[in-house]
Amino acid sequence: MSETRVGVFVCHCGTNIGGVVDVPAVVEYARALPYVAHVEGNLYSCSEEGLSSLKQSIHEHHLNRVVVASCTPRTHEPLFKNACEEAGLNRYLFEFVNIREHCSWVHSREGDVATDKAKRLIRMGVAKACLLEPQDEAESGVIPVALVIGGGIAGMTAALNLARQGFHVHLVEKEAQLGGRLLQINQLCPTDEESFGLIGPIIQEVEEHGQITLYVSSTVSEVSGYVGNFQITVAADDGEQKFDAGTIIVATGADVLQPVGMYGYGQFPNVLTQLELEDRLKAEPPIVAGAVLINCVGSRIPERPYCSRVCCMTSLKNATQLKKLNPDAHVYVLHRDLLTYGVEFERYYRQAMKAGVRFLRYDLENPPQIVGRGRAENVVVWDALRGRELHLPVDLVVLSTPLVPGPDNATISRLLKVPLGESGFFLEAHIKLRPVEFATDGIYVCGTTRWPADVSESISQAYAASTKAAIPMRMGVVTAEAITAYSEPSFCTGCGTCVVTCPFNAIELQMHGNGRQVASVNVVQCKGCGSCVAACPSKAMQQRGFTDWQVLRMIEACGSWID
Amino acid sequence: MSEHTFQPRIIAFCCNWCSYAGADLAGVSRLQMPADFHIIRVMCSARVAPEWVIKALLNGIDGVMVLGCHIGDCHYISGNHRAAKRFVLLKEMLSFVGVNPDRLLVDWVSASEGRKFQKLVTEFIERVRELGACGQRHVEIQTPHR
Repeated sequence: MSETRVGVFVCHCGTNIGGVVDVPAVVEYARALPYVAHVEGNLYSCSEEGLSSLKQSIHEHHLNRVVVASCTPRTHEPLFKNACEEAGLNRYLFEFVNIREHCSWVHSREGDVATDKAKRLIRMGVAKACLLEPQDEAESGVIPVALVIGGGIAGMTAALNLARQGFHVHLVEKEAQLGGRLLQINQLCPTDEESFGLIGPIIQEVEEHGQITLYVSSTVSEVSGYVGNFQITVAADDGEQKFDAGTIIVATGADVLQPVGMYGYGQFPNVLTQLELEDRLKAEPPIVAGAVLINCVGSRIPERPYCSRVCCMTSLKNATQLKKLNPDAHVYVLHRDLLTYGVEFERYYRQAMKAGVRFLRYDLENPPQIVGRGRAENVVVWDALRGRELHLPVDLVVLSTPLVPGPDNATISRLLKVPLGESGFFLEAHIKLRPVEFATDGIYVCGTTRWPADVSESISQAYAASTKAAIPMRMGVVTAEAITAYSEPSFCTGCGTCVVTCPFNAIELQMHGNGRQVASVNVVQCKGCGSCVAACPSKAMQQRGFTDWQVLRMIEACGSWID
Repeated sequence: MSEHTFQPRIIAFCCNWCSYAGADLAGVSRLQMPADFHIIRVMCSARVAPEWVIKALLNGIDGVMVLGCHIGDCHYISGNHRAAKRFVLLKEMLSFVGVNPDRLLVDWVSASEGRKFQKLVTEFIERVRELGACGQRHVEIQTPHR
């Protein structure tokens, strides 16, 4: 192996660093560090001039490690790594030292102290750089086939979006018919269009699309593999089918809470849920003289603290509907807070008020009471705003219950090894930076299985999820940054600590040549957190670019005992 | 070196996604703080091996900070849970062998918490300054016995 020759490039960043840190002194200091073959100061290392000087120096001084001391790797690392690569040096033989954000900018009134610190930080960077090794980025192919679980509005939209782009889609629906929850809904808010008018044509297009393979009355029973190459088993009454898929979209929808034992539900025949009312409205619209719709039934309470978001609009829709069916009816919506977000829904609320729907606020301390013999006859409610009790005669009581996690969420979560949140809905990787995708690559989520959402939100999410799924399928390959973990078989005792530590299921025990079980890391699944490395009791596990010896050398180089 | 002028040497392990970004924000915001800390970037606080902390305290480092994402925000789902558990144990071990566990600080800094980073660093350095140089006295706290 050729001798280690480190090149150090110290950036002035104009006056950002150079105005505080004595860069020429730092350059001189770095020159004396072990294995350093070349040092230079740059006005701006990231400028065209700085980068070409870096590339030229790699050739001229036969550098095989590069350290740039400038700003933050979070913004500039790819730039310098690319420059190294252009000069023929493996991009993983580069080390970044931050002497701006963590030094000159935060010690700007102490030039001497900042200069000393910059020297130490570079000393640490060089110490690590000496032990860097070239790495190859793992690539693996992506099958241009998607699995969509759930044939509701979200699943069908996602499936069609992918099928229209030419990808093959396997769509799995557990019911006998496509359409999901919308099959049960009468009209959609805020447009009051027939629900079936929206999904009817979508169902037809899905059923007729040549790129979509449909599995109804079926469930996904087994999933293995990783992004680009999942192996799927779908089970139905008449047997199992197996296929491969590159990506997976979860769109299994949500359930609606059955408010058993609440507000006379199950006790009085004229106490319905909103969903049951929808059914009634489709079959034989009820003409009532008095109706009370109670919101937040079973939601925003300690055991189910979330707001289900869609119930307020449903309540507005059906209250207005009852009022339209009988303009003389007394229709009350009892709510704890009314959430009609957005321009459309605010207008919808005003329409309901104009139509004569009355709104009353109750609080949890004084919930409405349903009284009657054999059937609900009166609703007694404490009007929190006016501070008095009201007796409302009713023919009908409608309970707005929240969307709750589907019964299959736990199973699917286990099958796909993707997390559920506190409330039991699926948890995406990051609410802002990585919505509709899981931390596990190649698996996406949309619709009410993610969180209560209305139809238009579900559709938007379905487009988002399917478009994200299309990216790796269109590229045909996925690459992983080579900061992955690896195990040294001769040290590994096969204890499996790493296997249970890994949040991405990237490690499994495999039979080694000599009949021992040893840990094996799938570099495509590994995200490079290094948790398994710190957990390994045998020090068999290491992380590329963050090995124990690299970091220990940095620690030594930082220590006061070698000043 | 008199106690008055003692400059502790601190290493701060910061995770790439939250605390390192929080430190960057402190820099961008020009939040001034003592210069005694040196950041070593790791991808996740879960990568910080407890042995590293011991190594540091044996090599002239007077205090170690391990800063990760807030619980629930870990880029790697649960890495900071691992870190949280590991360093509780390490603190007990340090205490057992007579090193003041205050020399190890585990906390969470989001990418938007430049001020929190500044505060943690400043207070930690002050605390370690009070404790003095690590390894100067063999026993900093009484070794427990039955």
